[in-house]
Amino acid sequence: MAILVIAEHSAGVLAGATLNTVAAAQKIGGDIHLLLAGENLAALSEVAAKVAGVNKVLVAESSALAHLLPENVAPLVAGLVQQNGYSHVLAPASTNGKNYLPRVAALLDVDQISEIIEVVSADTFKRPIYAGNAIATVQSSAAVKVISVRSTGFDAVAAEGGSASVEAVTAAADAGKSAFVGEELAKSERPELTAAKIVVSGGRGMQNGDNFKLLYALADKLGAAVGASRAAVDAGFVPNDMQVGQTGKIVAPQLYVAVGISGAIQHLAGMKDSKVIVAINKDEEAPIFQVADYGLVADLFSAVPELEKAL
Amino acid sequence: MKVLVAVKRVVDYNVKVRVKADNSAVDLANVKMAMNPFCEIAIEEAVRLKEKGIASEIIAVSVGPAAAQEQLRTALALGADRAILVESSADLNSLAVAKLLKAVVDKEQPSLIILGKQAIDSDNNQTGQMLAALCGYAQGTFASKVEVAGEKLKVTREIDGGLQTVELALPAVVTTDLRLNEPRYASLPNIMKAKKKPLETLTPDSLGVSVASTLQTLKVEAPPVRQAGIKVKSVEELVEKLKNEAKVI
Repeated sequence: MAILVIAEHSAGVLAGATLNTVAAAQKIGGDIHLLLAGENLAALSEVAAKVAGVNKVLVAESSALAHLLPENVAPLVAGLVQQNGYSHVLAPASTNGKNYLPRVAALLDVDQISEIIEVVSADTFKRPIYAGNAIATVQSSAAVKVISVRSTGFDAVAAEGGSASVEAVTAAADAGKSAFVGEELAKSERPELTAAKIVVSGGRGMQNGDNFKLLYALADKLGAAVGASRAAVDAGFVPNDMQVGQTGKIVAPQLYVAVGISGAIQHLAGMKDSKVIVAINKDEEAPIFQVADYGLVADLFSAVPELEKAL
Repeated sequence: MKVLVAVKRVVDYNVKVRVKADNSAVDLANVKMAMNPFCEIAIEEAVRLKEKGIASEIIAVSVGPAAAQEQLRTALALGADRAILVESSADLNSLAVAKLLKAVVDKEQPSLIILGKQAIDSDNNQTGQMLAALCGYAQGTFASKVEVAGEKLKVTREIDGGLQTVELALPAVVTTDLRLNEPRYASLPNIMKAKKKPLETLTPDSLGVSVASTLQTLKVEAPPVRQAGIKVKSVEELVEKLKNEAKVI
């Protein structure tokens, strides 16, 4: 039995979610092959070969794969599965993984299992449904199990210590159906939201984008990432890639500080597995207090600067 | 161009669902149902394309129980021209739905197919991508902006680091993110008019599609309950607790 894990990477850096996905593959058991698809992968393949638990790194280099366009990635992955007979294909449940993986499953004519949080056995997995309000245990009888992995459900494997062999594979040709035009990436010095140990999030209560400075100052003291509720994103306070929730990012940090966030079902879906939750809200009836370990009923505009000073 | 929009009947997004006592499923008896929020955005986008003179006809399609007619009527009231229900009482997986939609696409030959990026019940985020694969079309998932330029479609997508723009050959499949648009409300006259719009009913058998699945749900459980914690009186107390009790800072 061999498992194909599709690596997530950008700008020559292996994304942390890849290490969590390899951890999920280890729970299933079997040889683990890590697929690197993209451009200029020479340095990255050396990094990938050191990941603990990986037996082989497959490198597919082509300009057609540069931005992981699903029209080009999916035939590549489906071809590798048919060629090498993998029992499982795993990818992180990132926006990239969510984009190409169902396309792979359809090409292989199998159901896909989304965002697993636990491996029960090689064919049985747990995944949240209804915005995390229920956990389904699902069993697959498919010849190939195509699975996306919620990275917060698995502890990352070590990035060092492995010694995988590296093998080039024939990259698929450009399907000619889609083209990359451009990208607008948010720049930030703070840790990545999904991997941060501490997350400070703001909601509608922040009132405007300028006031998020209060949270940035607090986050910088804590070495934290800054997140937001949908209300804050929709109101234009902050960009959408900061959104935490059912339709945004799923985080499970050591400490989650929710500031001016009421705690709608959709927001809780993205953060309720955090180890410690702190809520700062002036409405003491806000649902966020039902999940918060420590709640402070106070005006955030005085409490947040005070908190920053106290640290 | 002809636009096909897929909509799903799901539990209303404000409902706090409960798991059945026998752990077989989520209890949907007497629970308020509605159109999936992402599907509303898909309909709205199609209607806006029609208002701009780009779309000529909007067909709303749903795969589900007979009761999904309600959601199709809603889609008609919002501006769809006609509707198709592929009736199946079974709990279908995304691949089966994608195969049924593919059969409808083969019949109707739309230039653009718009779906929501995910249904808020199964949270799968698969159907649009699978449909694109089955049809051999390009896909623009998690779209926050859609522009038609001749034979091409320019889609701005929400990705983990920010935004990405891709250009797709038509016909193509687009799945909507929340920020694509703000759906309108159906007015009473439009709801009345929608009752007269055509709604065709098909079955998986009549489309010649097998909905067999390799996936079986063994159990549905409630997630671990988080205990409500304590309320602190001051910022000092909060910092003290985080340092000494929770030891997280």
